[in-house]
Amino acid sequence: MKNRVVVTGLGVCAPNGVGLSGFETAMTKGISGISFHEQLKKLIFSCQIAGKPNIEDVDLNNYFTKVQLKGLDASGLVYGVMAGKDAWRDAGLHTPDTDGDPDWDTGVIFGTGILGVDKFRDAIYKVDAGDVRRLGSTAVIQTMASGISAFLGGILAAGNLVTTNSSACTTGTEAILMGYERIRSGQAVRMLVGSCSDSGPYVWGGFDAMRILPRNYNDDPTSASRPMSASASGFVPGSGAGALVLESLESALARGATIYGEILGGNSNSGGQRSGGSMTAPNSMAVQRCIRAAMANANILPEAIDTINGHLTATTKDPAEIQNWSQALGLKGEDFPMINSFKGHFGHCLAAAGSIECVAVLLQLKNQRLYGNLNCNDIHPDILNTIAETRIPKKTMDYPIKISAKASFGFGDVNACIIFSRYTS
Amino acid sequence: MNEKEKYQKLKTIVETYLPDDVSVDAIAAESNFTTELNINSANLVDIVLDVEDAFDIRLENEDMDGMQTVQDALTIINTKIAEKA
Repeated sequence: MKNRVVVTGLGVCAPNGVGLSGFETAMTKGISGISFHEQLKKLIFSCQIAGKPNIEDVDLNNYFTKVQLKGLDASGLVYGVMAGKDAWRDAGLHTPDTDGDPDWDTGVIFGTGILGVDKFRDAIYKVDAGDVRRLGSTAVIQTMASGISAFLGGILAAGNLVTTNSSACTTGTEAILMGYERIRSGQAVRMLVGSCSDSGPYVWGGFDAMRILPRNYNDDPTSASRPMSASASGFVPGSGAGALVLESLESALARGATIYGEILGGNSNSGGQRSGGSMTAPNSMAVQRCIRAAMANANILPEAIDTINGHLTATTKDPAEIQNWSQALGLKGEDFPMINSFKGHFGHCLAAAGSIECVAVLLQLKNQRLYGNLNCNDIHPDILNTIAETRIPKKTMDYPIKISAKASFGFGDVNACIIFSRYTS
Repeated sequence: MNEKEKYQKLKTIVETYLPDDVSVDAIAAESNFTTELNINSANLVDIVLDVEDAFDIRLENEDMDGMQTVQDALTIINTKIAEKA
């Protein structure tokens, strides 16, 4: 007997909204979180715009102890703990006291690409100056990839699996799938899952160097991220965190929890960097297999999918992604499900992208509302050869959604696809 | 700087590493940093660095080993200040 798995809590720290209600408002109204960054201009970046959560007014004492806050210089860790703790509270679960036993039924899978880059930079300067003895005690915990799951695990007294996954821009979606499998197989009752990504030039610089970021929107940041449009000229780098509380249906019902949706199934795979796939480009065959396998795992037919939230980063690869969805589903034109990308709102949050976007997908499901795409008034002609323009909503609308598919793809030719469903008893 | 001033200065440093559920009033000369004040042993490293900055001295690894209580720290601080003079 396999457990059904539902989502009972959400937390988010996104460039266009910190906290669930602010984020929901921004997504509904189509408010962009992309802005110009003076620091990037000073450093002579080609792309001087980015998506960065605004946490200036947040009282971090609500999330960290004062000892933890001393010398804390890992932005991804801050975003991740905020989103994670918020999701836990949103699920109606209490944060345990510092004494007492671990909660053996609760685990954490919280991914990241690289953590604490600013802290690491500081450490490197000290080490190079022969001053390693002055690094302090937190250089390791703020820069180890698993720092984020370690912090959250301690806060929640999690006694089940506590780990960090890493698969580039697939990370967030993959973390959710891994947590789902843990509960489904009966190894855990609830899992806090999600992902985070640091802000700043040391994370974004490598992408700027690859010339894959838009260069011509430094004076018009909110128009820069243009998923599915003919004028898409690269992804806008972002940062932040998204978190979900996954729980067995049995546990959720027993405590009368709010249920945002159910995870019906999913799949993750890799294109092996073969057949057109590479370190940086997806193997289309693998993408299609991943989507098909997710549907099979969820035991649904393509026609059952009401909405898709794509990876759709606003590069020249967007038409190929649409083509892959269409082929995998065997649907085109007006028969294709409604599709959106949230990268027009907050850019590409890298390791955090999948989790932040899944939070938005679950808000869509819960509220029976479809968020409109931003900056795609000039849809790419190759996309229009595959699906009808009506399938790409430009404004937020009320929309009946029973089943949503969400996919993320990442460097290394890795893919993940999840099938969410509205929960009905 | 007299002994009272030194103690006060050290106490101010130690305060910032107390867990949220330990009161500042718990700090006394004979307090053991880890077993009584419940300070994470990893943070003793940070206390040493702050002490170095505040008293303009340098503590060696061996000095840290003997630093169990607030009084131990004061003794080491005094020794280092005396060595410098």
